[in-house]
Formats: sequence, structure tokens, C-alpha cells
Amino acid sequence: MSEIAIPFAPLPRTGAIATPAEPLPVIPDTERKGLTKKEVAADHPTWCPGCGDFSVLALYFKLIEKRKMVHEKITTVAGIGCSSRFPYFVQAHGVHFIHGRALPFASGVSLSRPDLHVFVFGGDGDAFSIGGNHFSHTARKNIKMTYCVMDNWVYGLTKKQTSPTSPLGFKSKTDGWGAVDYPINPMKQAIAAGATFVARTTHTNPNHVLQMMEAAMDHDGFSFIECLSECVEFYEGAFDASNPRKGGVFNTVPAEHDVTDEMAAYKLADEPFPGRFGIFYKNSKPTKNTKEQEIISAHQAKVKGLKDWEILKKNFDRMK
Amino acid sequence: MSDTASTATPAGGTPKVMKIEEAVIRIAGNSQDGIQAIGGFLARLAGRSEQEVMTFMTIPSTISGGPSIFQVRIGSGEVLSAGDEADMLLCFYQHSYEGHISSLKLGGVVLYDADHVTPKPEWQELYRHVGVHISGLTVEAVGGTGRDKGKNIFALGLLAKIFDLNVERLTKLIEERFGGKDPTVVQNALTCFNGGYNHSLEGLLKTYQFQPGDKKGRHQVVMNGNEALAYGLIAAGVRFGAGYPITPWSDIMELLRRELPKYGGSFIQCEDEIASISMALGASYGGRVAVTGSSGPGISLKTEALGWGVMAEVPLVIVDVQRGGPSTGMPTNVEQSDLNIACFGGHGDSPRVVLAPSSVEDAFYTAIEAVNIARKYSTPVIILTDQAIATRIEAFEEPDLEKVCQDISPDFTPVTDFKPYDLSVSDGVTRHIAPGTRVASGKYPIVTGLEHDELGHPTGSPKLHVQMTNKRRNKLRKLAWDFPKVKTYGPNEGQILLVGWGSSLGPIHEAVDRARALGEAVSGLHIKYLNPLPNGLEEVFRGFRHIFVVELNDEGLYGFGQLATLLRARYCDPRIRGINKSDGLTWKVKEILDRARTLASHKE
Repeated sequence: MSEIAIPFAPLPRTGAIATPAEPLPVIPDTERKGLTKKEVAADHPTWCPGCGDFSVLALYFKLIEKRKMVHEKITTVAGIGCSSRFPYFVQAHGVHFIHGRALPFASGVSLSRPDLHVFVFGGDGDAFSIGGNHFSHTARKNIKMTYCVMDNWVYGLTKKQTSPTSPLGFKSKTDGWGAVDYPINPMKQAIAAGATFVARTTHTNPNHVLQMMEAAMDHDGFSFIECLSECVEFYEGAFDASNPRKGGVFNTVPAEHDVTDEMAAYKLADEPFPGRFGIFYKNSKPTKNTKEQEIISAHQAKVKGLKDWEILKKNFDRMK
Repeated sequence: MSDTASTATPAGGTPKVMKIEEAVIRIAGNSQDGIQAIGGFLARLAGRSEQEVMTFMTIPSTISGGPSIFQVRIGSGEVLSAGDEADMLLCFYQHSYEGHISSLKLGGVVLYDADHVTPKPEWQELYRHVGVHISGLTVEAVGGTGRDKGKNIFALGLLAKIFDLNVERLTKLIEERFGGKDPTVVQNALTCFNGGYNHSLEGLLKTYQFQPGDKKGRHQVVMNGNEALAYGLIAAGVRFGAGYPITPWSDIMELLRRELPKYGGSFIQCEDEIASISMALGASYGGRVAVTGSSGPGISLKTEALGWGVMAEVPLVIVDVQRGGPSTGMPTNVEQSDLNIACFGGHGDSPRVVLAPSSVEDAFYTAIEAVNIARKYSTPVIILTDQAIATRIEAFEEPDLEKVCQDISPDFTPVTDFKPYDLSVSDGVTRHIAPGTRVASGKYPIVTGLEHDELGHPTGSPKLHVQMTNKRRNKLRKLAWDFPKVKTYGPNEGQILLVGWGSSLGPIHEAVDRARALGEAVSGLHIKYLNPLPNGLEEVFRGFRHIFVVELNDEGLYGFGQLATLLRARYCDPRIRGINKSDGLTWKVKEILDRARTLASHKE
């Protein structure tokens, strides 16, 4: 059995189909102009007119423009839901993954490609129901990425079923008499799970959304934003109490709040709706990305100067 | 033991030395006795002595013990299976004695621990019994701490004496294995070994000596199938993996977690099976084929994400170390019952590639092949290995590592334009480009599980769904043409064709050899590529009167195993019938032959 053929020889390293005849010029990122909205907008969103998600998308474009990100370094990942259609509307590398699993997918991208900006967008069902397990574990592992949950308190894509954040008494198609299950508090959950950046904002305050996105992006670790995003079709007026134009109040996190105080953050999260907006909790802990890199560096130091096949050969020599 | 020549020695107590070509030794005890270690030493010694070796083991799926066996077959010629019957049974307890005597050849040797085993008079007539106070002598040798830890090494010493094994090499292996911080550990082990080796075996009339093995071109390496597969993935250039612990897959993830950092990679232990395939898909999307894997229930959990990989056309390698199912089933036993889920598991039409390695050596090369198919065809590839290959130890020629190790790091050369799902490619084979690649047209690809257009944007168009479904199917049809031509083992015409896949290759080939030696027209056909099936099988089938598919799975509701069903569906050939079993154990050569002969004498 020693003559085993390998019919599939290694591929040449040209991965793409339409490779230019002349190599394209390499432009240093610093010399490239910020992208305009026109350059980053792709498909016209399929959301209903008036949907809060439009505002989040517009501010994501603004973030890309303001921070002079380049097309190819942006990776937008989403699961399933209305808000998870997000990647189709952004002209950049994007992934529309399966329901609830956007975080582990994005973790794979983040851990293997530290050069990319990894943004994950999704809804409350994706994050806290089907993907609940992944939310806790991605948070505790502190994997570098920004996760923006557009929370609308209802399942929109499947047309008005109870969501894990629907308040008690919300009348949906699956709870005609009003929701009976206690809702999840996303902020509490994120803090308890060990997320190192936890912020809350709402689509009706664009400046605040952008501010939170920027802070989240600059955070080295898992940054989580709960962005209230109204579903005008199935839960109209859900967030009016947080919108001054609808007679509500937009209360920011008190100036004296210590963002590194976990208990204080938890207390803020416990305030009744409309609660507070801003950064509740922020802590600087080594990321999973850094820790894995440290393990790699330590191991590579021991095999310094050896080619990959020579490292493998050392193992095989011990098995003779 | 097949004797070839015996050297008579003068009478007067010195045992006779008999030259043998091979021996099957079964060691039975409890799992905490270190009997796997004895087997491991024997296997590695055989590998270093240019001999062929094959092992078979069972371990209980409990943590702290229970009956366990290790069978090792060492031969000077080609060894294809772990052996139907043992030449020697080394047993530590009454239950190991009573439970395994039936696996011993009539006239074989029972070497038993006289401190724990009372031989039965009726068996003493059938088998040669040699009793040694293994436990007591071990305690005595080590210095009377009252514990019999080390009795496995004492027993190894006994075997070394009986089989005239190379003591120098064994001593070196023991030193390598136990050498560490505490020098007394090695000392104790060597004391035990020498105690056993120097023990006078009065009850034994002869000792055995292996014929020298054929000199191999390269050195032999000795490892189990999980190790070979994991090292194959490293050689293939895989630098990222994600998984969740489950028997018998866990060894692979442990090895990759330990080894990958040396190569600049990492293996991540995830919160669950779904997260691990998702994370591996994420890393693969990142530009470099990644790996995930599992066994039994874990594979069921991964099927949704697997379907995404098919739809999104993202390369990925998924290892399925099959065990007894369904549900939690028999975690430490072998079964080939995941063929259906590997080929068809998941909703919708989702064609994917399935390859099955046939031996430990093949596991190494299959890993490389799987990675290259995944890259070339932008598709998930399942490596369908099993518990028998995973845990058995084989010696095989060391691969030419400099030649087989490959660099598959992603290429970020900018492109002018790119369509991830380009329909103008006639064979449907498009390639994935990694994020980080600049597309000069400014049109960036979306990788998606929704039915899509050429750029990956969602569509509800019936026409596009048809075209994209065709694309995903056609590229695998193209792959089938790339497979090497199928070849029979033995002549390509005859009475009976024994068709097999995966770990059954050895026993099937041995069955063919045995039948041919008796003048029966039996040949074998091993199918490594299970999805898509290779082309040209019908021509092979034409040469035979009976086609029997030998599988370690149930005959199912309609009388055919999983591969037999697939072959019947494809070829509509009523001569295709099944030889199946579901006892969780590997095939014995005799079982295959008996069943094939019986089936051939029955009407189709």
C-alpha cells in the first residue's frame, strides 16, 4: 500500500477568475480616499418604508466614509432575519450565513484574518433565541468584532411572532392573548456573559448611533451594541417612549457612571424602559485573538528557522 | 502463527525456537492496566523492525476502567487485518480469560496472571496454558509498595522473551516513553521489563522468532488513524480548525490544538458542534481551507451549516469519525452507518464530496486530497473515516514530507472583476476569493445561503434556481471524471466481486487472497470516492456473476446496506446484494467468506 497516488496536485495560487492582464497598482491604504456613499451602497434595501434598519445602514455607510475604510478590508456578516439582509446592501465582501450562527462564523473570520474589520449585524431572534448560546460564548472569549443587534422586539421576516425581547403582553400571532414569557434584557445578558464593550442606542438618534459604532469599532475586543430599531409593520410605536419627537425621553448614561464598574452597569441595565443610552460597560481584557497569537508565537519560537515540512518531520521521527 | 522452519534444540529443558512469519497476540485486561501501552510498544517495535503491523482495540466508554482488549498482529509479510484468531492470549483477569478464550486458535497459548486467573480443566486440553504470577512478581520486582502498577511492562518482558524480541530496541522505546522529569519512573519500568524478560517460563516448550521483514525503501512510521489524518491535514496546509469534543473524533482536535501553533495556526474548541462548523466555514471564507469534524450525533448537528457550504460554494473539510449509531449509540465501536448522512444529510439538493480512507496510511493522504478537492471545486468535502481506523495502529512507509507538504495560503492579488457564482463557466467550477482581495470594478461578492445571482445577490427567479442547482451538481460530475480509474483487487472477471469501502479494505483483500488460494474466482473492488461515485463501475460489475457489497451497517428495511442501496439506485443492477453486520466490530475474514459463499449459493 505504499503507492498511493494523489490525483489532485496543489493548485496554483491564483485564486480568482478575472485576473487583470497587467497587475493592478498597489495603493497604500493611507493614500486612498474615503469611500462615498455611492461607492459603498449596493442593492436597494428590501426593508419596509420607515423601518429603523435604514438608519443603521446609513450610519454604517457614514462610519465607513468617516473612518476611511477600504472596500476589501470590510467584512459584513449576518445571520437570518430582516436586519440580517444587511450585507446585500453594502458594497464590500459580505456573508449571509444561517440563522443564529453569524457570531461563530465571524469568529472564524476574525481569528484567521486579523487584518479585516469584522462587523456583524442581526436581529433579536438571531442573537438571543436561536443564537443565544453563541452570544454568551463569543462574548466570554472576547473575540474581536463589532456586533450590532437591531432589536425590534418582534419577528419581522416571518411576520409578527413573539421574539425573546417582546415585552409581556405583546400581542403577536403566536401569542394572540399577549406574550407570557419574560423577555430577555440584552444589556444584562451581555454584561453577565463577559462582553468587554456593551452599549445601547436607538435608530431615532443618528448621531448617537454613529458615536456608538465608532467607539465599538475602536474597542479591541468583542463590542456589542443594542440598537433599538422600530418595526413599523408589526410593532409600530414600540420605542416611542425613547423618542423625544414622539413625546418620549432620550436619557444618556449619567456622566458620573464608571464604565468599568460591572455592578453599576448592571444597575443601569435594570432601569425600566426607555432606560439609558450610551456605553454601559467597557473593559480592556486581552482578546482571544491576542491570546491565540501569543500561543502561536511561543510555539513558533521553538521551531524557528524550520520549514513546515521539517517541523512535521520532527514529529514523524518520534513515531519511528 | 504460521511456522516456516523449526530449529530443533537438544533436549534437556531449553525451549525450541520456531521461526514464524506472523503472530496475532490478544491482550485482555481492564482499561486502566495499560494494556494499550503494551500493544503500542509491540506495534512500534514492529515498525522499527521493518515488519508490518496492524492492531485492533476496544475500550469501554467509561472513564475509569472496564474490560478492554488490544490485539496486535505482527508479520514479516503484508498484514491486511488485525487477524481473525489469536495465536496467543495474554489475560490479566478471570473475566478476560473467560471472555476471550474463544478468540484463541485451537492449540494456541494462554499466558495468564496466575494471581487472578484460575484455568479451567476443560480448556487446558484445548489450549496451552502458561501461568505466571504477573501481579505478585511485579510488586516484588519494583520493591514491594504493594501496587501492581507496571505489570503491563512486566508482561511485555514476558512477551519479549517468548517472541525473542529485540530487547535493545524495546529498552530504548521504554526509555523514550517513560523518560521525563522523574528518573525513577524509567528505572521502575525497566525493572519490570527485565523482571518479566528474565522470568523462567517453565511451562512453555518453545519460543518464537519472527522472520526478518522485507527491507523497506524508507523508514516506517507507526501511528493510529486519527494521528495520520490530523498530520495529513497539517501537511495539506490546513492552519485553522474548530471542533467540539466527542469520541472518537476528539484525538484529532487535541492533536491539532497542540500542533497547529507551531505552524502559525490554531484550533479552537467551540461551545457546540454548530459553532464549530460555522467557525471553520468562517475561516475557510477567510481564504484558507479550514477543518471541522465530529462523530455520531455531532455530524447530525452540523448538517444545516454543511448545506450552507454547498450553497455558498465555500471550501471546507469535515471529518466524520464514524461510530455505532443512531443517537448516542455505541461511542467506542465501529460502524459504517454514516454514509447516507455524509452523502445526503441536510435539506434540499445539496451535492457534496465524500471520501473514505481505507487504512491509517491512506488517512494521511486522503486528508491532503480532501483539502485539494475542496479548494479546486469550492465545496465542502467530508472525510468519512471510522473508529476502527481511528484507533488502530499501523506501521507505514514514511511519506516524503518535503514533497507532500503544501502551501495553501490565500492569494490577495487584486482582480478586475469577479463573480463568485459565474454561470458562464461550462463545468460549473468557480473559485472563492478571500475578503481582502480588491475588486477593481467595485462590485464585491456576497457569499450566501439564499438562492442567488452570479454576484451572490438574492433572487427568486425560477430560471436562476435551475441554473444554480445545475451548476452545483455539474461541478461534482466534472470531479467524478477527475478521479483515478477504478481497479479490481484480483482479476477483473470471476464469480464473486466483493465491493467495500473504508476500513473493510484489509479484511476484504485478505478474503480475496484466501479464496483465490483455494481456487475460487473472487475479486475485490474498493470504492474510496463515495460521492460522487467514480465512473466506470458498471464495466467492472459486468465481469462478475455476483456483486456483494460488504458493509458494517444494517441491511435496512429493504435488505440492502447504505452503499449497496446507492449502487442499486445508480446501476439498477439486481446482482448487487449486501453482506452486512451491525455488531460494532471489524470484519473477520472468515465472516466475509462464509457469508459470500452462502449468498452466492442462494438465488438472486
